[in-house]
Amino acid sequence: MTEGVTLKKYRFDRNQLVIPYLIYLLLFVVMPLLVVIYYGFTDDKGRISFANFAAFFTNSKMMGTLVYSLIIAITVTVICLLLAYPVAYILAKGEYARKHAFLMVFVLPMWINFTLRITALKEILTLLEGNLAYHPFMNTVICMVYDFLPFMIMPLFNSLTKLDQSMIEAGYDLGASFKQVLFKIILPLSVPGIISGVTMVFLPAMTNYVVLDMIYNSTYIMGSLIGSYFNSYDWNNGSIISAILLMLIGLVTIFTDKILSRNENREVRI
Amino acid sequence: MRKYGQHTIIWIVLAFMYLPILILTFYSFTSSTMIGSVREFSVDNYITLFTEPALRSMMFGTVSLAIMVAMLSVLLGSMGAIGAFYSKKGMRRTVEFINEVPVVNADVVTGFSVCIFMIVLLHMDKDTYIPLVIAQTALCTPFVYLSVLPRLKQMDDSLYEAALDLGCTPAQALWKVVIPQIRPGIVSGFMTAITLSLDDYFIATYTKPATFDTISTYVVNATRGAQTNIKTALWALSAVMFVIVVAVVTVANIKSNNTAEEVRI
Repeated sequence: MTEGVTLKKYRFDRNQLVIPYLIYLLLFVVMPLLVVIYYGFTDDKGRISFANFAAFFTNSKMMGTLVYSLIIAITVTVICLLLAYPVAYILAKGEYARKHAFLMVFVLPMWINFTLRITALKEILTLLEGNLAYHPFMNTVICMVYDFLPFMIMPLFNSLTKLDQSMIEAGYDLGASFKQVLFKIILPLSVPGIISGVTMVFLPAMTNYVVLDMIYNSTYIMGSLIGSYFNSYDWNNGSIISAILLMLIGLVTIFTDKILSRNENREVRI
Repeated sequence: MRKYGQHTIIWIVLAFMYLPILILTFYSFTSSTMIGSVREFSVDNYITLFTEPALRSMMFGTVSLAIMVAMLSVLLGSMGAIGAFYSKKGMRRTVEFINEVPVVNADVVTGFSVCIFMIVLLHMDKDTYIPLVIAQTALCTPFVYLSVLPRLKQMDDSLYEAALDLGCTPAQALWKVVIPQIRPGIVSGFMTAITLSLDDYFIATYTKPATFDTISTYVVNATRGAQTNIKTALWALSAVMFVIVVAVVTVANIKSNNTAEEVRI
């Protein structure tokens, strides 16, 4: 009889624990993005309109901002990659116990508030250059590289540390030069690390406009547009910029997923 | 060390990463108001940092917010990870997919979208702090989820089954068997959530009450022309934060070496 009662009663199961988080995600992640897309494609009277969207792509100032932030993002990402790759490679080659401690040294700055770190760099740059406004592009790139470099080192290290050393040795044994080993073995096998590092740097470099604000830069990147529409309570235009950025993020994600899955297939073939 | 020392690039990158903060730390102990001009030793910056009411309330507010957000994120994220891990494939995929969104999304967009939804559309009052806490939790929880999940994959599920066979209720088995095994993931998720909240600028700007400041929003406002003593007190704050981060990382490293565990970030 007691068994019959317990069967009817509510029974706890582990998978029910997902319900609160699922509700939270739907309410505070999915809903806000849908609302942003709705605001982006309506006018101030609430009617469906593609005017904002079209205006963005026909306004030369807006397109200029998009192109400028792409240039900034590409420059920052390439410099981060060029600096981080050798560091991650040298660290990953080290012996196990030590290399993780050394990695910590390189990613530690990531945990210091970024506005404080930019303040420190700004003081140094001011001492070296005098007026920061003379080199807006260069200063933006320096500050962003400084800010994002740990985010590039970490995934590269994770991917290079998993790299099978015997592959490299086999390459040398079969008479390959360092250059050949690098381009035919090491680089192809670290593609997942490169991709996750690039995605962690590229997008913030397009949107983190506070870095520019802090070094008294009057140049605009995509994020600055959202900031200035927010300050002028222009929700519809702010939303369309957000929606365009979302599309860009979606495209990048699909693109990187494709490369990653192709890379996995290749690994299987080897 | 000698092995790493051979590589110039290592030293260049280290210098680039650490020199600014070390130089600023040095000058925080002087009465200089500009880097480059050496004055006498002084701890005035540190006195200002811990006595000036605006700075004190800003630091207290930021830390309280971070702790609250991290606790909420850990609760939601751990429960979500356990639940999703044992759910059917469709449910797990759905949660995993939405979980990725705040991770890859730009913080500006995350902050702005929550602002549009809660403040513009639902007319919620920023001064209640509710939009701020909800938005930061939405940013941090996915990272907790991601740090708990690998622990669940490593876990031996027969222990849970054994606990049930020995008469535990599912809730007891969860609390006494599953949670202890995934604890390292929960702890690192908590730390990640704390640092994300402390670092956040964008979500705070779009959702915070006008009179409330986090470290990030305060520092950014201070660069737009604040009194000199506030500016240099923030140098002291960088130094303090640097020392705290070094201490926490060192302790965490020693601890994880002692338990012979892989160092996790």
